[in-house]
Amino acid sequence: MEAASQRIRESHGDRLFLTITYILIGILVLAILYPLLYVVSASFSDPKLVISGNIGLIPKGFNLEAYQRVFMNHEIWIGYRNTILYTVLGTAVNISLTMMGAYPLSRRNFPWRRSCMIFFTITMFFSGGIVPMYLLVRNLGMYNSMWALILPTAINVYNMIVARTFLETTIDEQIYESAYIDGCSNIRAFFSIVLPLCAPIMAVLVLFYAVYHWNSYFEAMIYLKDRTLYPLQLFLREILVMNQSDNVMMDSIEMDTSKFLVAEGVKYAVIIVSSVPILMLYPFLQKYFVKGMMIGALKG
Amino acid sequence: MPAKAKAASASYIEPARRSRSKRLRMRNNWDYLIFIIPVILYFLIFCYGPMYGVQLAFKRFNPALGITASPWIGADNFERLFGSFQFTRILKNTLVINLLKTCISFPIPIILALMFNEIRRERLKKTFQTITYAPYFISTVVFVGIINLFLAGENGYINNILEMLGIAPIPFLTSPSYFSGVYVGSDVWRNSGWNSIIFIAALSGVDPQLHESAQIDGASRFKRIIHVNLPCIMPTIVIQFILQMGKMMTLSYERILLMQNSLNIEASEVISTYAYKTGLINMDYGFSTAVGLFNNVINIVLLLAANKIAKRYSSSSLF
Repeated sequence: MEAASQRIRESHGDRLFLTITYILIGILVLAILYPLLYVVSASFSDPKLVISGNIGLIPKGFNLEAYQRVFMNHEIWIGYRNTILYTVLGTAVNISLTMMGAYPLSRRNFPWRRSCMIFFTITMFFSGGIVPMYLLVRNLGMYNSMWALILPTAINVYNMIVARTFLETTIDEQIYESAYIDGCSNIRAFFSIVLPLCAPIMAVLVLFYAVYHWNSYFEAMIYLKDRTLYPLQLFLREILVMNQSDNVMMDSIEMDTSKFLVAEGVKYAVIIVSSVPILMLYPFLQKYFVKGMMIGALKG
Repeated sequence: MPAKAKAASASYIEPARRSRSKRLRMRNNWDYLIFIIPVILYFLIFCYGPMYGVQLAFKRFNPALGITASPWIGADNFERLFGSFQFTRILKNTLVINLLKTCISFPIPIILALMFNEIRRERLKKTFQTITYAPYFISTVVFVGIINLFLAGENGYINNILEMLGIAPIPFLTSPSYFSGVYVGSDVWRNSGWNSIIFIAALSGVDPQLHESAQIDGASRFKRIIHVNLPCIMPTIVIQFILQMGKMMTLSYERILLMQNSLNIEASEVISTYAYKTGLINMDYGFSTAVGLFNNVINIVLLLAANKIAKRYSSSSLF
């Protein structure tokens, strides 16, 4: 109905305007999508053709050599294993602590709500900086251990405020009241009322935190020393940015030019191999994180 | 804060007995401490702990003595920073990149959101949004890898095309004059979609009645965007702008470090990367802390100033 009545009122100018809008959005979407699809296509193509710029969105000279080299490299697997471990463990810690903070902050009968809020929010705007943080991690004995990647970033204040706002707005005070009358404690209320009702916000938090852990490299770069502890991103950095494709990937190749070609092919393949898990996951979670961002926007 | 007002009206205890009531509430609700204490500990150790270490900015760090016992040297580190030939360069680079970001990366998500809002076909809109958000989920390392593959001087995708058109290759990655452009351009590519979400969320709250009455008055689509949608999301824009101002001196070292090379360093060394290098590579702890502190203080001043200006000239502000 509404759409129909709108169409009647639409003037020529409006229709032109809308057409231009669609065209602009179309161009923008293509500009964003094209490089991504190109990387996929190039990863399956003959590196020689990729380098000479002969590849479009359809792979040419189809070959899987680059993927073979990536999968045969044991360091990529080490990186993968570590990244999965850090992501799962890190996200679990993140979610537990964030919810543990968000719950009391969302409750009216928590007496220090306001002071806690100020105490936490200050850290959004002021931080010690990189060196004090580094020294702290060293002093706590977390240098060269995975805890250096998990504990210092255990809570993101912004996410905690989003979770708090969610709890405040979705769980009605009356639910708590009736639970209290039945003799429910605040601890029990958390497990019996809050947790079952906060699946949407948990999904958002899982996505935000998991993506953070999957993608971060900087903490690992400064805190980790052993290559066996490296997450995937650090190996990617060597291959993609520092151009040091591991010798394992390059063995049995003598010619310099073909070495270069293989290295180029490996770059495209490794981008795909490392990004696929996250990119596969996110369209399914999209509805949740848009919701999460909206809660954040409400708070402002 | 409406939530607070509600809490006050719901409470059945008179204000005069507030402190007693607080004690009472604490006695009844001590169990919240089980939840909040670990959280407070986290903030104390990992957020306020490093803040305690900020005193290093005024000290000469001695590893054997630790942070507290290291000797004070007054403002020496700051004098060294302000006197260093690097200082004007890193300050300039940081500001140039951030100003470009504010002028280009900031408005584009708003325009994008306004355009998305005009699409009436829900499925098309969803698909477009899914695509525009996607680059945000690519890791920084992979993202810089893609930039390198596309913009490389030889065999880069763009330069291959230019070569076919008979144009000389452009040294995007190796010439200092292109750095800020490449940085901001790639930033637009990666973050515009994601940053538009918050404005799309704000747009979904625009009252349809406003549009209807504007339509009855004969306002065109464009006019309605300018006179209805834009004013409605202005508070969100102002808040985001204030936050952006609060980041004016910060550029995430994560990305810049990866995009840096010895050829473009002149334009790519910014305050945060300088703090990282002097601190963790040259082990000049006190000096690096001073750089970080300088950065942080300017940020807070800018944030407060932007907030004050916003408060005076518009109805919305952060605090």
